[in-house]
Amino acid sequence: MANEVILLDFWPSMFGMRTRIALREKGVDFEYREENLRDKSPLLLQMNPVHKKIPVLIHNGKPVCESSIQVQYIDESWSHKNPILPSDPYQRAQARFWVDFIDKKMYEAQRKVWASKGEEQETGKKEFIELLKILESELGDKPYFGGDDFGYVDIGLIGFYTWFPGYEKYGNFSIEAECPKLIAWAKRCMQRESVAKSLPDSEKVTQFIADLRKAFGVE
Amino acid sequence: MASEQVKVIGAWASPFVMRPRVALNLKSIPYEFLEETFGSKSELLLKSNPVQKKIPVLLHGDKPVCESSIIVEYIDETWSTSGPSLLPSTPYDRAIARFWASYLDEKWFRSLRSILKAEGEEEKKAAIAQVEEENSFIEKAFIDCSKGKAFFNGEHIGYLDIAFGSFLGWLRATELLSGHKLVDEAKTPSLSKWAEQFCNDPAVKPVMPDTAKLAEFAKKIFAKPPA
Repeated sequence: MANEVILLDFWPSMFGMRTRIALREKGVDFEYREENLRDKSPLLLQMNPVHKKIPVLIHNGKPVCESSIQVQYIDESWSHKNPILPSDPYQRAQARFWVDFIDKKMYEAQRKVWASKGEEQETGKKEFIELLKILESELGDKPYFGGDDFGYVDIGLIGFYTWFPGYEKYGNFSIEAECPKLIAWAKRCMQRESVAKSLPDSEKVTQFIADLRKAFGVE
Repeated sequence: MASEQVKVIGAWASPFVMRPRVALNLKSIPYEFLEETFGSKSELLLKSNPVQKKIPVLLHGDKPVCESSIIVEYIDETWSTSGPSLLPSTPYDRAIARFWASYLDEKWFRSLRSILKAEGEEEKKAAIAQVEEENSFIEKAFIDCSKGKAFFNGEHIGYLDIAFGSFLGWLRATELLSGHKLVDEAKTPSLSKWAEQFCNDPAVKPVMPDTAKLAEFAKKIFAKPPA
């Protein structure tokens, strides 16, 4: 049976990036379709009626929603190469815990860094840096979050890296100064073809943030 | 490894804590339940879950596993030969189960609590309408997932049954306090039947909190301070 894989996505989405990376890790051919979030396609609304959000992975006509769920689905459906989750149940539980942590905490925290000003921004910055430090501590001296091999948590976090220069610009701080090991880890991930191909230029993302700030009247 | 001692750190009223307990019961794994005192966190909890500082925590030997749905998957994978699988067998069905479990935690339970937190009739009505709309999605999901069988997971209780079933105590307590039925034969016929079967299961009965007791507890924690 032919594998038809479509990804409904939005280029700066750090969540969409996860699914792109996972598909490329597995060598899966897919059709990337850019969504205009202010004018969502009928297909998007049909395939994700509950949340109406990207990314949506459509595999042979059947939708899978939520990026962390998509990455697990991809790992299970194309299990022949580049395992994404570890095989040991305890390691798997740890990996899931950290992606869940990123899902629950990172988005809101990073948003405050560029979408607010004054005291709200300062609080947001502190929170965000604290989260990064927790993650950096979890990474420790390992090359990747799971150890020697690139995997689920790395995929879960790396998309945010393209937004870092934007956070630094609008938050007026240096992430490398705060979390040097995390930056080293990010650069290591960027050397991987699946990651390099799936992430947009940081400059483009920073410009996108500038446009959002104008649109929200933050400037 | 599978034979090491199992403990669950939790509290009787928490729906999230119920999940690993049901899963362990389904797998016939004995465990020690360490009840936290409401309002304070034990040293063991803080040591075992330093990042989130939340219950439930499963301790397998000395290894902690955190986050209720993640714990359920861990239980299923670790004791895979004990009892039926808690997760569906195909990647797609697993993705669907995980999707709905996530929806319940992120949207549905928050909507349910909004009924209890509502100030005034208008707010309460709106909160009830929101939950009823979400219940209609879940009713449809049940029909799709169960494929004519008794549970979301088919013939046996599984991951999504546990995810939603663990909220039934709070659902019933909310119905009691608000005077409004949310899941019943008229509105959600499939879920109504499923709820009864879930609650009657021997793995569930011992850990399902009493509705009246939960309602009292809910009144206490959602009590509005005097003006």
